[in-house]
Amino acid sequence: MSDGEQVKKGKGTVFVKPEVCKGCSYCIDFCPAHCLEFSREFNRKGYHYPVLGRPEDCTGCDLCGLYCPDFAIFGMRFKDIEQRRQAAAVPPPVPAGS
Amino acid sequence: MSEPATLVCDIENPVTPYLREERLPHIWCPGCGIGTTVNCFARALTESAMNLDKVAIVSGIGCTGRVAGYMNLDSFHTTHGRAIPFATGLKLANPDLKVVVYSGDGDLSAIGGNHLIHAARRNMDLMVVCVNNFTYGMTGGQVAPTTPLGATQTTMPYGNFENPFNLPFLADACGAVYVARWTVYHVKQLAKAMLEGLRKKGFVFIEAMAPCPTLYSRRNRLGDGVDQLKYYKEKSKVVNGADTKDVGLTFQGDITVGKFVDRDRPTWLDAMNEHYIQHFGEKYVPYGVSHGQD
Ligand SMILES: Cc1ncc(C[n+]2csc(CCOP(=O)(O)OP(=O)(O)O)c2C)c(N)n1
Ligand code: SF4
Ligand code: SF4
Ligand code: SF4
Ligand SMILES: [Mg+2]
Repeated sequence: MSDGEQVKKGKGTVFVKPEVCKGCSYCIDFCPAHCLEFSREFNRKGYHYPVLGRPEDCTGCDLCGLYCPDFAIFGMRFKDIEQRRQAAAVPPPVPAGS
Repeated sequence: MSEPATLVCDIENPVTPYLREERLPHIWCPGCGIGTTVNCFARALTESAMNLDKVAIVSGIGCTGRVAGYMNLDSFHTTHGRAIPFATGLKLANPDLKVVVYSGDGDLSAIGGNHLIHAARRNMDLMVVCVNNFTYGMTGGQVAPTTPLGATQTTMPYGNFENPFNLPFLADACGAVYVARWTVYHVKQLAKAMLEGLRKKGFVFIEAMAPCPTLYSRRNRLGDGVDQLKYYKEKSKVVNGADTKDVGLTFQGDITVGKFVDRDRPTWLDAMNEHYIQHFGEKYVPYGVSHGQD
């Protein structure tokens, strides 16, 4: 499992809530950078959810977020993440599965 | 082997502030397109920078009708087909509100069809978002006034033989000042149309084609939601300003999308005020002149 720093390869990244994803594949099929893929794991409801397979290609454009009918994913550019964190004064990210 | 990394969310999804989180997860099926239209609407609200206390959303009954209940706005879930008359009353009693009607093709064009045509005729200052999934989703996939010829539905087991409405043509002919059609594949364009709709004064009609994989697609063996999006992508042609009489839809056929109508006409309130000023002169006090825009 890579941590936040290793993920920081492209211009942005995605945030996923695996437990609310219904596996519809909108985000995966319509990501302009083709950087998402299905997880091998299932979520609690039995769906595969998106994972960032090619983080170096993610631009943080949030098109996945605009497509996701279940509000389970969104993308953000690293520079906007920093701004938001500072604005919200939230603690740094916890890598999934850690 | 471990999964590629996915960051656990420590910052908020940009749509979250627009949703009533306590009501989520929503009831919509996997691959249902309604949720995607909600993202577009949230994006339009963000970009409009409107005071959300001045925006109200009204829905009728149906899967799409649930939208009003999920949005973190003043909202009302009316009886079936009655979103537009409720919204009309809301608007006229509170002229400084921006009132959005968000409902399904069945709700708006079948049981609510009369309200739709008259609100357009009167140029009521409402923005109507019609999520068209070509069926009555909530009740099990009965034929709707939008079901294309030949498509199979529970009440048309051998295929639909009723001629469907061409909704943009209907709205245009009745006098809507803004008419557009996009699909759930065209998320950015749909969000932009909603933004323009929020800013437009008068009757706005936006048709958002969306998959209903559970009923419409399954009955017609069209695959999952994402397969419908691929169909939209492949068969859509953008023709802004297209003559709405030419934009009728056929079963899995070509789709014309775009902004078809954008014109100005006095709203119902403007017409009333002007009329009475002419009749009564200074004795008449104009009513509700701000229209929620200023
Ligand atoms: C007066 C009345 N008649 C019929 C119904 C049953 N009914 C509920 S939703 C619906 C159709 C919904 O279709 P649509 O508006 O297209 O919404 P969708 O579920 O497809 O989003 C019908 C006929 C009802 N609730 N009330
Ligand atoms: S943010 Fe953009 S590039 Fe990154 S996964 Fe989402 S759609 Fe793809
Ligand atoms: S679009 Fe949303 S619900 Fe569909 S697979 Fe992607 S994250 Fe899951
Ligand atoms: S029945 Fe159809 S319209 Fe209703 S939630 Fe399911 S997919 Fe969506
Ligand atoms: Mg419908």
